[in-house]
This record gives sequence, C-alpha cells and structure tokens, in this order.
Amino acid sequence: MRRLFPALALTLFCLCLQSLAARAFEIEDRIRLGAEGGAVLSILSTTDITAAEPLLRAFLEQRPDLAVDYIVASANSIHQAIAEERLAYDLVISSAMDLQIKLANDGFALSQPDAAEVAGLPHWAHWRDLVFGFALEPVVIVASASAFDPGHLPRTRRDLIDALREDPERFRGRIGTYDPAASGAGYLFATQDAGFGNAFWRLAEVMGRLDARLYCCSGDMIDDLATERLLVAYNVVGSYALVSSAKGSDLIIIPPEDFTLLLIRTALVPKTAARPDLGTAFLEFLLSPAGQASLKGTPGMTPVRDATADLPSSARTIRLDPGLLANLDRVRKSAFLVEWTAAMTQP
Amino acid sequence: MRFLLVEDTADLARSVQDLLRLNGHGVDWAASLAEAQDCLAAARYDLILLDIALPDGDGRRFLADLRRAGNDSPVIMMTARSAVADRIDALDGGADDYLTKPFALAELEARARAVLRRRGGAAQTVRQYADLTFDPLTATMTIAGEVRELRNRELRLFEILVNAPDRIFSKDQLCDRLFSFAESVSDNAIEVYVGRLRRKLDGSSARIETVRGLGYRLTAA
Amino acid sequence: MTDSPARNRPARLGSGRVALTGSLRRKLVLQFLAVAAVVAVALFFAVRVTADRAAEAAQDAVLGAATIALSEGLRAEEDGLDLDLPPTTFSMLSAMGEDRVFYRVTLGSDTVTGYGDLPLPATLPPGALPEFYDASYLDTPLRLAAVTRSMLVDGRQVTALAVLGQTRFGQRAIADSIARRAALLGVGFFLLAVPLSLWAARSILGPVGRVTEAVARRGPHDLRPVNQSVPRELGPLIGALNGFILRLRGALSRTETFIAEAAHHIRTPLSTVRTEAEIALRQTQEEPTRVRLRSVIRSVEESSRSAGQLLEHALVLYRTDRVDRSEFDLAAVVTALVEAFRPTAELRDIALALDLRAGEVPVIGDRLMIEAALRNLVDNAIKYSDADGTVDVGLTVADGSAQVTVSDRGRGLGGASLADLATRFRRGGNVTDVVGSGLGLTIVTEVAEASGGRFSLSPRDGGGTCAVFSLPLR
Repeated sequence: MRRLFPALALTLFCLCLQSLAARAFEIEDRIRLGAEGGAVLSILSTTDITAAEPLLRAFLEQRPDLAVDYIVASANSIHQAIAEERLAYDLVISSAMDLQIKLANDGFALSQPDAAEVAGLPHWAHWRDLVFGFALEPVVIVASASAFDPGHLPRTRRDLIDALREDPERFRGRIGTYDPAASGAGYLFATQDAGFGNAFWRLAEVMGRLDARLYCCSGDMIDDLATERLLVAYNVVGSYALVSSAKGSDLIIIPPEDFTLLLIRTALVPKTAARPDLGTAFLEFLLSPAGQASLKGTPGMTPVRDATADLPSSARTIRLDPGLLANLDRVRKSAFLVEWTAAMTQP
Repeated sequence: MRFLLVEDTADLARSVQDLLRLNGHGVDWAASLAEAQDCLAAARYDLILLDIALPDGDGRRFLADLRRAGNDSPVIMMTARSAVADRIDALDGGADDYLTKPFALAELEARARAVLRRRGGAAQTVRQYADLTFDPLTATMTIAGEVRELRNRELRLFEILVNAPDRIFSKDQLCDRLFSFAESVSDNAIEVYVGRLRRKLDGSSARIETVRGLGYRLTAA
Repeated sequence: MTDSPARNRPARLGSGRVALTGSLRRKLVLQFLAVAAVVAVALFFAVRVTADRAAEAAQDAVLGAATIALSEGLRAEEDGLDLDLPPTTFSMLSAMGEDRVFYRVTLGSDTVTGYGDLPLPATLPPGALPEFYDASYLDTPLRLAAVTRSMLVDGRQVTALAVLGQTRFGQRAIADSIARRAALLGVGFFLLAVPLSLWAARSILGPVGRVTEAVARRGPHDLRPVNQSVPRELGPLIGALNGFILRLRGALSRTETFIAEAAHHIRTPLSTVRTEAEIALRQTQEEPTRVRLRSVIRSVEESSRSAGQLLEHALVLYRTDRVDRSEFDLAAVVTALVEAFRPTAELRDIALALDLRAGEVPVIGDRLMIEAALRNLVDNAIKYSDADGTVDVGLTVADGSAQVTVSDRGRGLGGASLADLATRFRRGGNVTDVVGSGLGLTIVTEVAEASGGRFSLSPRDGGGTCAVFSLPLR
C-alpha cells in the first residue's frame, strides 16, 4: 500500500513536469458584464457562469461604474496562471481549497488586513487574512430515480456498499465517481474520505469490481445520471446536483449520514492583481450580507454566515489550513494514486 | 505699739528694731518661723511684721497656718521680691497689708496705723499731754471736750514733739522725719505745718514754742 | 530671658520663622512612584522577555515535534521510499497562529518532495533531535527545524533529511498580545501604586502630624513632656523635643526665680542701709553728716525704685510673651490698689479719691501685668502731686472698654509727648528733683499693648496730668 517505486516516481515526476509545461493555461468559458469603458474587474474562477452570473449582476448593481471580466478555468489551470505565469487577475475564486491554500502559503495572495474582521467570518472559514471562504457545498451521493427501490435508499457509505454488493449486475458500469488522478477536486474528496475511515477503500474496491466509470467533473456525472447511463454517482459536488434537479431531472440527492464532506468555496486576491482594490471590493461584497443573500439563490450553496444554523450534525467541513499542503505532496499523491489504481483495477 | 519682727537677715532686723524703738515702740525679733511661734505663744503683739522668705519656711504658709489656728493678729508682710505678685499672694493669704523693702519708718508706722484703724483700734493708743488727749490711731486731739482732727503731717509732727516734750527739734530734724527724702522741700515748709498745728492746739495749755535759731519745742504752760 | 518663652507660643509654630525645604510627604510619594515606575518598567520587560522565550520555546517544541513526525513518516520499503504525511502534521503548525508552512525532504542529495529550494541547515543535525535555525525564504523570515534519519534504501545506507519551516506570525501575535498585557500590567501596577504611595506616605507621616497637633494644641503653660506613643523612628525626635521642653521648663523657672532672687538680693541690703541711715540721721546733730545721710537715703530710694522698675519691666516683657490671660474684676483690682496706696498718699497729705461708677467690670488679661501698670500710674500721680493735693482715680465703662483714669494736679507733662515719656529711661524734663527711673510709663505702655488696650497721657484741664488706661471688656 501507498508505496512508490523509484522508477515510477521518476516517471511520474517527469510526466508531471511535462504536463505542467505542456498544459498551457486553458480558458473554459468567459463572460463580460457591466459598463462599457468602465474599470474592469477580472475574476478567475472554477465556478461556471450559470452559477456565478446572479452574483456578478448583484455586484454590478452596487457598482454600476464597473465591468466584470469573468473567466472560468480548472483549478489546476488557475494555479498555473497565478503561481507560474503570474497573470494579472484581480480575484481568484476556487473550490480547490488545497490549491488556494498553496497559493496563499507560497506568497501569491495579497493580505486583506480588514476583510476578515469587517465581515466577521467564523475562524474555520478563512485562513489568515489571505484566503476567505464564502460558501459551503456538501459532497453528496446522487442517484437516478430508478436506481433504488423507494424506501431502500442507501443512507450511508456502508448502505451503498451493501446495495452494490447485493445486485452487482444491475450496477456494473453504471457507477460513477471522480478520477482522482485527473481531477484535483476528486483527489481532495478521496483523500479526505480516506482520512475519515476505511469505508472509502472498501467502497473503492467495490466500485472497481463493478467497473466504475471515472469522471473529470461533477457536471458530466450529472449529465450521465440524467440520461441514466449512470445509476449512482459518488462524491458529487452538491450544487451541480441541485441545479440539475432544479431543472427538472429526476435525481435523488443523498448526503451520507455517516459523514458528509463540506467543501468551502474560497476567494483570494492575487499579488499579481492589476486592480487589487476591485478584487477586494468583490471579495467584501461576497462576504457582505447582500452578497451572502444572493448566494442563497444558488442551490446547494450555503453562505458561510448561515453555516452553523443549517448544517447537519454529520457535516465534516474540510479544514482550510496548511494541512491541505500534505494533500498536494507529490510523493504522497503518487502513493495514493497507486493504491487507488490498485483498488480500481482488480483482477 | 508692740511689734513682732519676723526677719532672718540679722543686720536688717537689728536696724529695724532700733528704728522702731527710737519711735517708742516695743519690738521682739524672731529670726525664724519657729522662734516666731515661740514668741506668739509667750506674748501678745499689736502687729506682726512677717518676712516672706525665711530659713525654715514660707511666711505665707506660716500666716495661713496662723489664721487657720484662729490667730487673727494684724500682720503686715514684708518682702524684697517682686512687688505685685507677692502682694497679691500675701493679701490673698490673709495679710492685712504689705510692704516692699526698703521702706521708710514713717510708711511702716502709717500702714501699721491704717491696719489697726481698720481693725477697730484694738490696742490702747490714747495718750495724754497737759490738758489734751491724743489718739494717733484716729488722728484726733481732744481739748476741753472738743475733738479736733489732725491731718497726717500735723499728726506726725505732734507725735514727734509729744514723744519728747520740751526737747528742741531743729527744722532740719523735723523735715527729715516729716517729708520723704524723695521730695524736695522748701525751707519754710516746716513752718507751714507748725503754724497749722498751733492753730489745732488753740485753747490748750500745750503749745509749740519757737526757739530762735534752734528750732521748736512742745511745752505746757 | 524673653526669647525662650517666645518659642512656646503655638501661633508661631510652623510660621515664617521656620525655613521649609520641600515637603517630606511629596518626596516620599515621588520616591514611591519612582520605585513603582522602575518596577513597572522592569515588570514589563521581564514579562515580555520571559513570554517571548516561552512562546518561542513552545513554538519550537511544536515545530520540532512536527518535523520528527514528518521524518517518521518516511519509510524505507523493500522497493523504495514511502511517505506517510498526515495533514495534521501541518495543521498543528498552523493551529496557533495560522502560520505559513514549508517543508522539504531530501534523500542524499536529491529532494524527494516538498519545496525544492527551501534552505537547508548549515550542517546536518547529528541525531534524532531537531536542529533549529532561521532562514529567509520567499522573502519571508522562517523558523526551520531539520531532522536526519538514516535509512536503508535499495540496500544502501542513505541519510534522509526532513526540513520543516514556518513563519512566526503566531508567535509574534502572541508576543505582541503578551507585550500589550505586560504594558497594561505595568501601567496598572503604576496606577495602583499612586493611591498606595499616597496612602503609605500619609500613614508614615501620620504620627508626625499627630505629634505636631498635640504640641500645637497645648496651652502656654503646658510644658509637660510629650508622652504620645510614636513609631520607633520618631523616638529620637520626641526624645530631643522632650529634652528641649525640659530645658525650657528649667530656663523658665530659672528666669522667674532669677527675677525674684535678684529683687531679693538687691533690696535686702538696701533696706539695711536705709534703716541704718535713718537711725543715724536721728542720732546725729552734726549738719554735714546729716546732709550725707540724707544723700545716702535718697540714693537708696532711687536705686531701690529703679531696681524695682527694672525687674518689673523684665517681668512684664516676660509675661507679655507668655500671655497668661484670665478673667477678673477690674473694679476690685482698682479698689484694692487705691486702698493699698492710701497710707502712702496720706504721708504727704494727698487725698486719693476713688470714683467707681460701674459695679463689677469683668475684663480678660494678665492680672499681674495690669496691676503693675496701674500701680505705676497711681505711684506716678502721687509722686508728682503737691502736698495737700488730690489724686483722682476713676473707672468707667464705655464703648466696650473699661477705662481707668488717674489724674493729678501736679506739675503736668512740661510739653513732652507720651511717645517721649514712654521711651525707656527717658524722663520728663521737669522732674529732675523727684526720684524716678523713667521706666514707669514704658511699663504701662507695654502692658496696654500686650493686653489689647490703650494708654494715653494728656494735660488735665486746670493743671496736672490725666492718664487714661483702657482695656477691652470681656
């Protein structure tokens, strides 16, 4: 378990370097809102436009003099853009807590001496005055309506394992989860899951035996659930599922009762920002009562200010601190992925 | 008069005794309070002259004891010390009068007389000469039943003369005894008093003769 | 003679006569506060330095433990190197103050994982104990710890080095917070010291004030030793004060005794001389001897009177400083005085007329002094009256004061003013033929001043002199 052959390590290391070099910063989507000719606030985010647009418009109502250039990219791309290419963006919003922490720890975030105090955030929702969480999202199990008999919905990971074992043929090839090797979020959820107990590894073995499909993104999993190519998806970011469910698809969302991971969406103002004042302004809006209120409109997102009231007791918020750096350790990641691969590819 | 002199300074006591005797008084001397006590037990005195500071005690204490024992002999206290304080002490302590040393005999006699007069003339003082009687205590002269008052200097002049009848006194001698040495006296001052006394003696057989060039003397026809 | 009693007067205690050099109490308070300030500052630095050391030691302990945990996460497997890196390793470093964390693991000369350019210690730490050092990384000062482990990898013995670094924001925050508390503690200590030092100064100086009050409250004749219980340190002062009181008492009683004795020793021999001279005068008929004897008697009288007045004057000065006031009936005093002088006046056929309009006339003053003054007035009036004259003594009450009037039909003032006559040893220009010392009116004037009264001397209508001595009524 979790072992690394030196050769493999070297290979992976090279691959990693290659991929970093080759993978230029990729823009997935982009929208420009607001006044023509006004000052432009550029935001680099992992949140897709659909979810973000109401928030942006609410902000522009308050600051009609501004324009917003909103760019969607993957978490890794964003890290690359800021830490390596040193591109000038005014705010970085990401659900990849580990990468956000690494940016801040490595000195790429601009400190906001007043922000945490002004907004009065709970201490778990920010790291120093660099990284600020503004919303929580549960990581859930999503099932299509026909996956389980009504009344026999799995409520915990153990229930899910039992259900899969009971009827392997029904679920073979129709279980989906993140590919931790390809997705930063998937890796984060996997390691966090693994940290909370050994149910994760047993589930991985079961999923591997049932030829689970691996995805890069929550959205794809939701799409395949909607078309019933998948019956169950494990570790789906809650907001996607709820957006989809809001659109009318017949999905069942199950927050596991043994524990439900909660992801913190965070924002930081990069040191490279051209207009750090605008980045700070949007950050403060996000944390302000108005911004928090408009977040409520987005399904699955819990504004951090309401968090303590709304969260179930099984909630496990991922700790926003340098402990996440361990997550990004390449030796550790290699070892983890070796083990994951071993669990998924069974004879 | 008969005096008891209580005085510890021997020189002074001797002179005072001599002077009093010169004026015809009887004097006993006590040099201490103990001796004074003995004298008082043995005789009666018209007046006690009591010094304050004595070798065997304080005169004021002695006087107080005397008064407490019921002895109310007239007492004149003498002192050489501070006038005012001792005077108050002495009078409060029961003394009849008070004399500051040094004193003239005339003043002592005057005060003694004043004390005895206040006491109501306890002693036998009335004297007779020729056809007149004379009471130095009340300063009166009675001639043929007529009482005549003498002023102080007339009284003293008459006393000097009557103590030695027929003796010639020069003007100087009389002046020295009649006037204070502190005052200036004109040459004819004594003639004024002789003249006044002669008028008081009118109608008596006693008269003052002028002895030309020598002085005056009292004679009875 | 008159100086010592003056110091006994309470009114003069602590007045302008005493040279004051600062306040003992202020000095005490300032010294207390200075000590308190020094202690407060020392306290501040002591707490700060101690707290800094403690915070650093605590942080180092955590950092060392985390570094050891990091190194112990390294496992040599038969097929390579494995790293067990629980997130808590870093979390615990951040827990205290949200510090930034950097790490690096090397195997031999290769960096296995972590930040490849993180500074390494100058020398490899020898054993399992962490080596701490400071370095700058990414423009940030770091505190780092390094631990080595010897491992067998692929059959080769290699040295693995685990380096863990952190910023010291947390420690600085703790140090700052402690510094603020230490400063507050210092300021608080100082503020507490202010009332405490005021109280302490007051309680230390309290006995001094009590003794002062007890001494100041005393009457003019109260010359008892101070027997108040005082702290040991005041013992010598009270002892000295009591010694002084004892000496003063001795001096005062010697003064009184001296005056009395002086009078006694002067007058007793004078008495003998006078009496002897009087006897001699009575016994001699020789005119030249008589003249000499008269001169002797005159001189004795003069020196006796002078001595008397000098002593009386000394007594008046001495008593003026003592102010021995009591209430008495002035009418009784005047009556007794007149009666006492009557035989003396009669010797010269001078009448003493007493006119008492009022009944009792209560006044407050030194009876001895006032009687001495009145004696001098009556004595003067008799002395300067002609034979067969009258001296009028009157006592009236008007305008809140009692007036004693002594008038004669003597030769008058001869044009001299009271100011002239009241000067010591100055006599009227027309009295050289009468025995006198020139001190009489001086005594009267001084007594009037000391008693709060007035004295005036004026020519009498129809010839003679009128002396008015007035005293305030009770």
